[in-house]
Amino acid sequence: MDGFQEQLWVLLLGSLLGLELIGKVPPTLHTPLMSGANAISGITMLAALTLITRAGEDSLLLSLGSVSLGFALFNVVGGFLVTDRMLAMFRSGRKRSGGSR
Amino acid sequence: MSSAEVLQGGLDLLAVALLALGIKGLSKIRSARAANRLAASAMGLAVVGLLINAHPTAVTWIWIAGGTAVGGVLGALTARLVPMTAMPETVALFNGCGGLSSLLVALGVMLAAKGEGLTPSLLVLISVGLSVVVGAITCTGSVVAMGKLQGWLTTPGWMMRRWRHGCNIALATGVLMAAVLTVVGSSDALWPLVIGASLLGIGLTLPIGGADMPVVISLLNSYSGVAAAAAGFVVGQRLLIVAGAMVGAAGLILTQVMCAGMNRSLTAVLFGGALGVASAGSKEHSEYTNIISCSAEECALTLEAAERVVVVPGYGIAVAQAQHTLREVARLLEKHGVAVTYAIHPVAGRMPGHMNVLLAEADVPYEQLKEMDVINSEFPATDVVLVLGANDVVNPQAKTDPDSPLYGMPVLDVQEARTVFVVKRSMGAGYSGIKNDLFERPNTSMLFGDAKQVLSNVLGELKVLGVGQ
Repeated sequence: MDGFQEQLWVLLLGSLLGLELIGKVPPTLHTPLMSGANAISGITMLAALTLITRAGEDSLLLSLGSVSLGFALFNVVGGFLVTDRMLAMFRSGRKRSGGSR
Repeated sequence: MSSAEVLQGGLDLLAVALLALGIKGLSKIRSARAANRLAASAMGLAVVGLLINAHPTAVTWIWIAGGTAVGGVLGALTARLVPMTAMPETVALFNGCGGLSSLLVALGVMLAAKGEGLTPSLLVLISVGLSVVVGAITCTGSVVAMGKLQGWLTTPGWMMRRWRHGCNIALATGVLMAAVLTVVGSSDALWPLVIGASLLGIGLTLPIGGADMPVVISLLNSYSGVAAAAAGFVVGQRLLIVAGAMVGAAGLILTQVMCAGMNRSLTAVLFGGALGVASAGSKEHSEYTNIISCSAEECALTLEAAERVVVVPGYGIAVAQAQHTLREVARLLEKHGVAVTYAIHPVAGRMPGHMNVLLAEADVPYEQLKEMDVINSEFPATDVVLVLGANDVVNPQAKTDPDSPLYGMPVLDVQEARTVFVVKRSMGAGYSGIKNDLFERPNTSMLFGDAKQVLSNVLGELKVLGVGQ
């Protein structure tokens, strides 16, 4: 029960942190932020890994864990890379086209 | 506590700190890219910590490597190949897979317990139920959202009727009953729970109109955080609970911000059905009169004589892949001494911020992108406004006609400018199917045609005039 109570505290504090972190976001960053946060939600890959490591020799569980890991990693790898691709495009104009006006 | 456990605990703590800093940094342009990498490395650290502590056997390693290779490679390929115009769909797809992963983990834990003949504790069972329900709704909901944005799916007619609420309530009741049965310990209820929640995800998302889809995706993104946190309770990992809770809460805030930008309440988005279908009859068929159409040459002449030009880009330019031609036109005008800025409506594109990404792809400096609140006061001092593939977001009806379905939606006051050019394929209605009074204004001229073609014609005319040479 103690472990569970501790987990509830973690849930509460994590939620409050999440509410505080996104205060004022410029609209430019809404899409990248959503995509980045989405990549983080792929953290279930840790649960999938745990499932695999606890599965022992049970091949049904191993394959279920592996499929689950694959989906989570698709989310994580794809999410972070696509966010990076978007953010790489935001460059300041002053550096490249200074004096063009 | 073994040293491996201490190490994992330390790495987990570090990962939480980095994830929080990552989300924080993602909300500022300067730090966003570094923050994204920070968050990615935090995930890497957490995986290392887990593997150090878990001592996987050789067989286990093979299964881990298999899942990693397939998921990682497909994810990397998707991220690299998908066009920027399809960004909302891509986020939805990734999100759905995250939800599916949480669902599978919960099922796996139940299967493992059954195999060992153990009954999981009540708390684990509650977490499993939550993880399955939220995971399944996230998964099917995201897939439907993606299908609608891609144009693969349309809302079937019967879904627009009121009794769809009845269907969904019945489904939700069924899911609730199956969840209670699962928690009480009847493992037979697990599969009905999975199927019921999956159907509920479809039933809740399918009636929602395409224009509201970004809000739905943002909300589903928040759900996938909740699913991850629930999975964290299932396997007893604090890191998942923290990260999931952070994403869930941050996603809710972002959803709120988006709704505010569209002047829609979350309830209206989720339960109101597609906008404008009920009311379209009143306005849709009204004919346009007094339309002034003009040629690329006239447009180029007016642009050449202007001092301040504001471009209002809509999703249409992305569809026509015209953002690069647009950038060329702007470059010539800037060389000629014309001040060019871009007015970005909060819901331009298919997702807030999507248009910024598309313009950034065409090398438009982000300093030239002005938000609606800033630019609206500048329209009276603007010589020329160029509306490209945008319609509802420049409809003055939203401010003048209380009977209009658009009434109350924040719009760009382009009609305040001296001259307005609207580039449009035809006189067809916009996304919402509502007539646009702007097109009939005396200071508005229409340029009919594909945005890219029209812009290249204007570009050609500007070059003939010797602008910027």
